[in-house]
Amino acid sequence: MSDAQRPIDDSVPSEQPSTGGADEDDSGNDEFEPVQVFPEAEEMDLRPGADNCYKCSTCDTNCPVAEVDDEFPGPKFQGPEQWRLKRQDDHDIDESVMKCSNCMRCDSACPSSVPLSQMHNTARAEYVEENMSKFSREYLRNRMLANYRRLAPLASMFPRTANFVMGLSVTKWLGEKTLGITSERDLPTFATETFREWWTDRGGAKVQNENKRIAYFHGCYSNYNTPEVAKALVRVYEHFGYEVMVPEQSCSGTPMFANGMLEDARRAAETNVRELAAAIEDGADVIASCSSCSMSIRQEYPELFDFEDTETVAANTWDAVEYLRVHEDLTGALENTTVDDEFDDMAYHAPCHSRNQGLDGQTIEVMDAIDGIDAHDVGDSCSGISGTYGWKEENYETSMKIGEEMFEHMDEAEAETGLTECPTCSMQMEHGTGYEIKHTLEVLEAALVSDGGGSHAETGASSSLGEAEGEGKSTETGTESD
Amino acid sequence: MAITDDVLVIGGGLAGATAALAAADAAEDARIRLVTYKQSTLRHASGLIDVLGYAPGGVSDGENGQEQGQNQNQTPVADPFTALESLPESHPYQRVGVDAVREALAFFDEIAGDAYAGSHTEMNALVPTHGGTVKPTARYPVSTAEGLASDDRDTLLVGFETLPDFDAPLAAAHLEAAGAPFDARGVTLSFPGIVRDDAKVTRYAHLLDHNERVETLTGKTGAREALAATVEPHLDGESRVGFPAVLGDDHPAAVRETLSDALGADTFEVPMGPPSLPGLRLEDLLYDALESAGVRVTSGVPVVDYETAVADSTADEPATAAIDHVVVDRNGAEIPHEADQYVLATGGLVGKGVESNRERVTEGIFDCYVPHATDRYDWFVDDVFGEQPYARFGVVPDEDLRPLDADGNLEFSNLRAAGSVLGGYDYAAEKSGAGVSLATGYVAGTRAGEGCQ
Repeated sequence: MSDAQRPIDDSVPSEQPSTGGADEDDSGNDEFEPVQVFPEAEEMDLRPGADNCYKCSTCDTNCPVAEVDDEFPGPKFQGPEQWRLKRQDDHDIDESVMKCSNCMRCDSACPSSVPLSQMHNTARAEYVEENMSKFSREYLRNRMLANYRRLAPLASMFPRTANFVMGLSVTKWLGEKTLGITSERDLPTFATETFREWWTDRGGAKVQNENKRIAYFHGCYSNYNTPEVAKALVRVYEHFGYEVMVPEQSCSGTPMFANGMLEDARRAAETNVRELAAAIEDGADVIASCSSCSMSIRQEYPELFDFEDTETVAANTWDAVEYLRVHEDLTGALENTTVDDEFDDMAYHAPCHSRNQGLDGQTIEVMDAIDGIDAHDVGDSCSGISGTYGWKEENYETSMKIGEEMFEHMDEAEAETGLTECPTCSMQMEHGTGYEIKHTLEVLEAALVSDGGGSHAETGASSSLGEAEGEGKSTETGTESD
Repeated sequence: MAITDDVLVIGGGLAGATAALAAADAAEDARIRLVTYKQSTLRHASGLIDVLGYAPGGVSDGENGQEQGQNQNQTPVADPFTALESLPESHPYQRVGVDAVREALAFFDEIAGDAYAGSHTEMNALVPTHGGTVKPTARYPVSTAEGLASDDRDTLLVGFETLPDFDAPLAAAHLEAAGAPFDARGVTLSFPGIVRDDAKVTRYAHLLDHNERVETLTGKTGAREALAATVEPHLDGESRVGFPAVLGDDHPAAVRETLSDALGADTFEVPMGPPSLPGLRLEDLLYDALESAGVRVTSGVPVVDYETAVADSTADEPATAAIDHVVVDRNGAEIPHEADQYVLATGGLVGKGVESNRERVTEGIFDCYVPHATDRYDWFVDDVFGEQPYARFGVVPDEDLRPLDADGNLEFSNLRAAGSVLGGYDYAAEKSGAGVSLATGYVAGTRAGEGCQ
């Protein structure tokens, strides 16, 4: 009957084992206070999470990798079971943790709030730190993929040359042979002008409004590769009368978490939290256009880091479309709008990192409000690329197997254009089907800001504070400068 | 600006999904939204749709049946609808009435189409489960149809070394001991293509769904053919073969057909414990229906708070507060969701719609009244399979399924409750979980739909 004597209520440890030096302060909140069971005080204590697991295996049934990859033991092992094993001496993190694609589906699957992805992130970091040779090809390749942002500025300086060189089959062959980056995929092309260059040329914000301010976290991809998405965000938000700020920023950290490069991620996160907190101080909310960037700031930062303001930044960060839905009458503004043929029929894929934020139904709901758009959800499967995961030679096949269901559904849908909010899902969708893939913000721009050119923003926005209806739909005096 | 709908259903299990579908059915032009936090407990469920397997308090309908594991002194109910009449007044079935239970089942039959069987009779079917026990149930997945215990064909049960949850020889022996009218035999084999001891049930299903090429002694073949070839030498005249429920996720009918053709015997699934593919398939079926019905689904985020509006005093009852909007938490951001009518279908103690701490038992979102003893040592009895008070914890509804407070007044004018967040019944002992969720979900959803017109 020893179980019966245990406290039913797991949120208040009644008797704390004394470990001496409990250095947490009891600042009066009733949040769970971790029991310091093990000596290493600098490590985060995942025990409450591990103890919450009652082994129902719901996470395992949600794991897209375990379904197709015989070498992957699933999230329940990678999380709570491995954590417990590690309490013994002489247990290394199992190398299979590198097979986790960090889609984070297990998080929202768990009925018992076990922080699975947090456990995976820390386990992966430990594996890379302790068990992976820093001179191995795998480490170098992963470090490079994780720090894509550091390479991107170089390529951006000479985008045409970079695109040409990277498109050469000999380059791809070399990439696979020397680095283990699959030659099956086309490397993303670099824009001839980055978003930030465009932003500077443009002279920054066209709308000043101290009551409605956003700080745009554009992330790497929409800066270097798809600036049209970032521009769309600026024009749509200016259409609604927002003052857009573009603070200094680093990578969100997503590819670093996924590759176990937690120190790299920490450095990036420190910059982001500092800059975004300053923007929040200036009255802005933080807006991201990439679902993995918003996921990272909202969930992974508070789970993994404890900079001052981490929580504040997390709580004030929003998905770009979600923010408009809650703060503006987006549906009302979209009523009676139309778009060109290129957007009339679309196959929408909800990225896992949108799904995990409860945003998977959002895009179809918003698209429904626009006349003439027929957007189909292609189902709840994972695209399979999961950021840098599907770029690795050894994961390519698994990645395509996971994506199979999505490809089939896209083929079945009548659409010829794909729609999603995640850059790497978008690469996978294009790779598997050959469709052109758009971002939801590009559709909103086409519907709300005529000519898709942001002319409204340039001319009429200074007068539009809040009242968005009727504005901008009729503007034809486009004087777009790019 | 709140996200606005006509009906907001909170909870995405069988009760919530049924409520949303019923609301959409009752009010064609209304906009219905379902908000669900964690994935539903359907993944833990057998996928069987029971109405009443055992009458509470040992009431039986007279038939001299088998003794079952957790209901050792009870006889399974043969005709659930007759037995419903004698349930206590506080039981959810009594609240909605027997006719509503029939309507709800018919509603389910329409949604399920040919994925479920059992609608040809009001009597319970007896479906063998993975322990070799027999469960009385009103509807069952078509994948289990060939395995019914009332069918007298001899049966081979096939288990797999890597799926220890289903011990086929033991299950077969248990079936025979329980008096099943046929010979049952069990064998344990190795599943071709499975290389891990701890492969997930989804891995088995995926192999069969996609008929992946797998390694066998005679070279590579499709997983379905390889499985049939593994089983075939063990058949000894049995005309049906039972497998643990891993025979496909997306294409179970095709998987069974291939196996049946290759074996020259009917194949069926034996429902398993969690995580359960028949439960997953039921969830998929319901969510496909929600999509077809135009119900909007927001998942992965919890409802954490609510605001009330000033009540109209036009009603003949004392002025009752109405819910104006609820607040959904998204990583700290608070998203208001507004609707005219609300349905609470957040589950019981397992689904966490009802929670307990050392002091009290609560309903987590609206703090609706949940009757319980003040001393927590009175919440349970020592006999594990005895009549556990905690099993009946839940909110108390009126006949319209609107939760009542401790004085018997309405908590809110526009809130209804459905499924295991309701108290007054012990679904585990009665085998009534799915039936109550269907019946109360159907009634709550229909009334909510009608209420917003």
